[in-house]
This record gives sequence, structure tokens and C-alpha cells, in this order.
Amino acid sequence: MSVNLSTLIPESIEADWMPSASQEILEKRAYFLRAIREFFHVRNVMEVDTPNLTLAPVTDPHIESLQTEINGAGNSDTLYLTTSPEFYMKRLLAAGSGSIYQMGKVFRNDGQGKLHSPEFTMLEWYRPDFDHHALMHEVDELIQYLLKTEKADRITYRDAFEQYTGLNPFNVTTVQLQNCAKANSINLISQNMEKDDWLALLLTHLIEPQLGNIKPIFIYDFPASQAALARVRIKDSDEVVAERFELYYRGIELVNGYHELSDSQEQRKRFEHDLQARINTGKPVFAYDEAVLNALSAGLPDCAGVAAGVDRLFMLAEKLDNIHSGLSFTVKSR
Amino acid sequence: MASYSTNEFKNGLKLMIDGDPYSIVECDFVKPGKGQAFTRVKIRNLKTGRVVERTYKSGESVEAADVMDTEMQYLYNDGEMWHFMEPKTYEQIAADVTAIGDTKLWLKEQDMCEVTLWNDSPIAVVPPNFVVLEVTDTDPGVRGDTSGGGGKPATLETGAVVRVPLFINIGEQVKVDTRSGEYVGRAKD
Repeated sequence: MSVNLSTLIPESIEADWMPSASQEILEKRAYFLRAIREFFHVRNVMEVDTPNLTLAPVTDPHIESLQTEINGAGNSDTLYLTTSPEFYMKRLLAAGSGSIYQMGKVFRNDGQGKLHSPEFTMLEWYRPDFDHHALMHEVDELIQYLLKTEKADRITYRDAFEQYTGLNPFNVTTVQLQNCAKANSINLISQNMEKDDWLALLLTHLIEPQLGNIKPIFIYDFPASQAALARVRIKDSDEVVAERFELYYRGIELVNGYHELSDSQEQRKRFEHDLQARINTGKPVFAYDEAVLNALSAGLPDCAGVAAGVDRLFMLAEKLDNIHSGLSFTVKSR
Repeated sequence: MASYSTNEFKNGLKLMIDGDPYSIVECDFVKPGKGQAFTRVKIRNLKTGRVVERTYKSGESVEAADVMDTEMQYLYNDGEMWHFMEPKTYEQIAADVTAIGDTKLWLKEQDMCEVTLWNDSPIAVVPPNFVVLEVTDTDPGVRGDTSGGGGKPATLETGAVVRVPLFINIGEQVKVDTRSGEYVGRAKD
């Protein structure tokens, strides 16, 4: 019996085979990755390489994991590609690893852009006995070493908002945020915006582009509603903050770090809160990671951890105008 | 009613906004370290040619424009209008400079283009993804240079300027990706 191949095989793909980066850039990238490993080697931070596959993906309602199926002998299951090695690394920390770092690919089922790719290289590290301020200091040392920058500035989330929008993010109303967006001619079409969504809109459209034009700048002490996996602390009568930080340079977000939450009950509540938010917005839900909760119960050392986008760091180091020009190949969807 | 999710946004996609058809000319994804992501687009009003900026929450859906895309053959330009023909019915239509836009840089007679019709009038024209055009001006070629590095500007018969490898000479046919405006290769005869 003959089979008509044309009905079975999709149309072939335009064969653009050349790398997106030049040989010179690829050589510089190799040197750059080696420099990062050297930075951690001299600080006695151990390199680890945890799996890219997991049964329990990140619950964050704004991060989507890529999903895949495994079909082994008597073993078929849905697995997810990791969006960050965070949970595996915390299990290593609870098992007594000490300071660790990892540099590898992570995956997100997300939009593509000048600064975004569904697959990218993440550098993540954890430091027992550091709080978020101590870790910001080390991040600054890495950035100065890689990008030849000056010492970074630090500003609280509240001060950054007040400086660029005149609004206090801790007691502002959604109507005030909406008016601010309108006054700055941000043409937002969407409805159903929560307060944190408005804050994200103003941060990405009005504040971020102005951050770190001369030297890098840390934003720290985020609203507790944006804690993700950071500890929360009461700072003032009207201000509950998450011990979380982000670093910006030339308007680009480069790292996100936490003084890590180590309370397993609080972590379970946040997982459940995330899943409820996913249900409310019609996003996929799944079982959350019991293994990392067990690791927290067993005892995660007091530590701070941070993740950095290596492709963005390299783009800035080489003054490229998008991450793709620094990659061997760009993954394109049709 | 057909609609597109912001995840499907790409250049050239047609959207209906406030009763007018628009085409996406630039699309970027903006996302804070944590939290809601946004899709920021520059869109061209296909009736007026005016470009405006809009921001959507990523993942939302937007109404698709009720326009018809038809494959038509480019015939000629009379100095003012660009003429196309429907290959089956031989029906001809003429598009003005607003509808043609930058596409004029890639139009070669006989090539098949995608013409967007709204209320039976052409409002946009998309050239083929790849076109073969003759180099009409460039610096002299460098013999023996076959590396991918470097390059030089070359003017093509349509007036488009693209970066080509150093070994390309005037009079040669080159293949260009019209979506990125980038040189793809030497055209084989």
C-alpha cells in the first residue's frame, strides 16, 4: 500500500541554517561563561546541575511552563521543563550543600521579544547566612566584574515609584494608578486589572526605561503582594515589604533575588494562593511541589538566592541591541 | 467572531480596533521580573496609514479584522498607482501609496503578493517572503572573500538597500528575506 507522504509530512521549513551570532561573538560568549564560573570558583561556591524536567512546575500565575509527555515502559506521565532551578536547588541546600550556583537553560511558554526567548540561560545562586542586602553586594561585584560598571545604586520600590510617578505604591488606589497611566499616554486596552497589574504596567512602561542609565540600580523591598518566594517583613505601620530585589541596568531587568522564605507552611499557603489565582484567570493548574515543602520542613538554612539572565548580561557586555544577536541560534516558531 | 490571542501577535496580523482595520507593524513583549506581562504593539490604521501604540495584558484576545487576503500578481506601477491582477479571473485592481507602504521596496513585476481587501478596496500589500532582485549598485567585490563576517550595503533594482557579503557584484541576482530585509543568498540561475 502506498502512502502519500505529502499528507503526512508538514511543509518543509525555510532552511536558514546560519548561526545568529558571528564567530567573534560566539568566542566572546565562551569567554564570558568561563569568567562567570571563575567568579564563583574563587568564592568557593559549588557548581551544580539539577534536572530540567520536573513533575511539579512553578505555580506563579504569571509564568507558564512548557509541558511534555514521557512514555517509558510502564511509565507515562506529564512532565514540565523547569522555568528556574529554584526548587531543586533548595532541596540541595536543605540537604547541606552549602553555597551553590547553577548556570543552564530554563524554559518558559511565553512571548518572544528583543529581551525574551522561550529558552534562555539562567545563572542562579544561593548563599547561606546572607540576607538580601549581603547578596545585593555580591551581585554588584559580579556585575562590576562582567560589565565594568560602577558600584550600583540602591532604591526601595516605594522611593522608585514616588520619584517617577509621584505615587506611594503601598497606599495608592487602582483608580490613581489608572489615571497615572492615562496621563502618561499608555494606551492600555485591557480590563480586569488588579492593583499589582497596574503597578506592573507603570513599572515596565514608566520606571524601568529610566533605571540605571549610568550605573546599575537595585530596587528592593517590594510590596508583600509581590513577594513570590521572598520573606515578608513589617517595615512600617502602612508598609509590609517582601525582602526581594531586582537589578536594572540601562533600563533592562537583569536579576531577581530573595531573602528566601524558609517556612514550609507559609510556602504551602503561597502555592495554594497561586493556584487559586490560576483558577480565577483560567490558567492551567497542577499539583505543587511537595518535595520542596518537605525540604523546607526539614530545614532550609537561612539564605538568600538570586537568578540572573545570562543572555541579557552578555548582550549588555557586548553592547548588542537584543539577546538573539548573542545566541548561537534563535529558536523560532512558525 | 474570529479573534487572536496576544500570543499569536506578529507583524502583519490584522486587528479590528474601534471599527477600523489595523495591521501590526511592531510587537514587543514587556514583562517585569515577576508579575503581569504586557504586549506592546505599534499598529497601522489601514485606512489612514497612521501608526499608533497600544498595550495589552499578555494572553488576552483581540478581534480579528474582517478583511480578505488574496494572492495577486503584481503587474506594474504607473507612477501613481500599483496594479495587481487576480490570476484566475484576470480582474485587476490598483493600490495607492498608503496601501503599498514600504512594500514598494520589494515589488518585482510578475511576483505573487498578498493583497488585503477591505470593502473590496486594497488597503495593504505583503510581498513574497523571499524575492530575487538585481544589484544595481554596490562597492566592488572582494575576490576570495567567502566568510560570513563583515558585509557592505547594496542597492537593488527596486531601490531597497540591503547588507550583502563582500563578494557580491553589480548585476548579480540576490535573494532577500522581505520580512527582515536581510540578504539570504545568491540567486541561482
